[in-house]
Amino acid sequence: VKELVVISGKGGTGKTSVIAAFAALAGESVLVDCDVDAADLHLILDPADSRPRVFIGGKVASIDRDACTGCGRCAEACRFEAIVLHDPHGNGGARYAVDPMACEGCGVCSFVCPAGAVSLNEETSGEWTISETRFGPLVHARLLPARGNSGKLVTLIRGAARALANGRHASLVLADGPPGIGCPVIASLSGADAVLIVTEPSLSGLHDLERVTELARGFRMTPAVCINKWDLAPDVTETLAAWCGNEDVPVVGRIPYDRAVTDAQVRGVSVIEHGEGPAASAVRDVWERVGAVLGLETEGEE
Amino acid sequence: MRVAIASGKGGTGKTTLAVCLAHALGERRERVTYVDCDVEEPNGHIFLKPTFDEGAPVELLVPSDHVEGCTACGRCTEFCEFNAIVNVRDTVIVFPDLCHGCGGCILVCPERAIVEKAHGVGVIERGRVDGIDVVRGTLTVGRPLAVPVVRAARAAAPDGGITVIDAPPGTACPAVEAMRGADRVILVTEPTPFGLHDLDLAARTVRELGLESSVVVNRCDVGDAKVRDYARRMGIPVVGEIPHDRAIAEAYARGDPPCRVSRAFHDTVARLADKITNGGGGDPA
Repeated sequence: VKELVVISGKGGTGKTSVIAAFAALAGESVLVDCDVDAADLHLILDPADSRPRVFIGGKVASIDRDACTGCGRCAEACRFEAIVLHDPHGNGGARYAVDPMACEGCGVCSFVCPAGAVSLNEETSGEWTISETRFGPLVHARLLPARGNSGKLVTLIRGAARALANGRHASLVLADGPPGIGCPVIASLSGADAVLIVTEPSLSGLHDLERVTELARGFRMTPAVCINKWDLAPDVTETLAAWCGNEDVPVVGRIPYDRAVTDAQVRGVSVIEHGEGPAASAVRDVWERVGAVLGLETEGEE
Repeated sequence: MRVAIASGKGGTGKTTLAVCLAHALGERRERVTYVDCDVEEPNGHIFLKPTFDEGAPVELLVPSDHVEGCTACGRCTEFCEFNAIVNVRDTVIVFPDLCHGCGGCILVCPERAIVEKAHGVGVIERGRVDGIDVVRGTLTVGRPLAVPVVRAARAAAPDGGITVIDAPPGTACPAVEAMRGADRVILVTEPTPFGLHDLDLAARTVRELGLESSVVVNRCDVGDAKVRDYARRMGIPVVGEIPHDRAIAEAYARGDPPCRVSRAFHDTVARLADKITNGGGGDPA
């Protein structure tokens, strides 16, 4: 099983539209949406309903108000500004409480509390699902608003996708990665076989491309680059291509700006299914070249 | 007054809105600080072009591998919720990139064998341009934890005046950390299925933080009408709509603030700036 991860550094460059088109071109593959805090791939793949599984991301502290003596040791020891004065003018003196949004679940407050008032409890941080779609199974997740540990959830669903591919004798896992370079991106890249960066012709796109390329290289991977909406700024596209040339990063295609991409999204289909057009045809070329450059099997129904 | 510019979906126009808002507030002679909290991919400096004349590392205190007197009792390993310290034979090995810097291992070590050392995770820079104070947080490439850098960037803004916080996309911990302590949150979205879906996630996150949001719809004439319907249904005020405009895209590509080339962009930001300067902390912008 080979796994291709699509990332971008900068958000909104078109990762999900590209991966949805790849799914349509690949025939049978296993799909996984690693952008767990703003997952969108299911909006195009229209997965069948299936039973979600709970994701326990970590722990969160809570203080028993009746047992708290207000000594404040927890607040002193906490390094995450997660202990707040709850009732500063209460009749029995001050009482402390945990801001669950700031709590990292380290347990220091519980350790230092002389009254045994702090407990550490496992927290449901999200859910994940395996659903059937018209292009193969999709493993997707939903991090609850404002919950942490997205990297752990990404590792979990990528593992599930790989196991599923092995079980079904699928040769390819297509992963839609998150934006940025932080923990969910690192969790998406670790152990992947190939990485495609979808970028856009802007100075922001270039700046973010440089950082995300450096990150991929840290994993000893050479990414391939695809420049989306390239004709919105042809001069910046040339700058991007020149940078890639200097860095020995292959550019596997340029996709023109095409309103068909948005129209397809509104219809809930991939740009390939939406019909032939400049973007669809460019994405086909990218798919061919990604397979060749990254050493993937890309023979599908095409 | 702290205004956070956020979004669920990336690439909707957070940074350009934040930058132009900072300019508009500066033109109104407000004391304004722009804080780039999108520390994984900070881009505000591309449009503001400040000179950064101060920089300070963001460091996390992590346990040092150098443990004198360690008896390998395993208490630190057992205590650590992040698997950042493990026992190997008669000593411990530390994985600084997994460490959240809580200091728990030091507290539980009966031999007082563990000492902390600074582990660089990013940098905070300060500069100034056109009367705007600029703070940029940058996560070092390869470091997984963005939150300490976001926290440091937020903390670097002065208490007075108006602070415009450019938040990272998403709804996970870095975005939440950027929005903490904000007086108002402006969500930037686009009227597409992805934009709507992620707007809903972002709006829920803002609500969980106990804050109110308002919405700016960027490229308001592409896609469909569902974002507007959603905002109306949820009682979230739409405080700006900016049509798709090739001139905006071109300015963006070059790193120029779009408020200089688009009347719609300029007016939207001007209205927001007026509301922020006249409206006080009451109703959301």
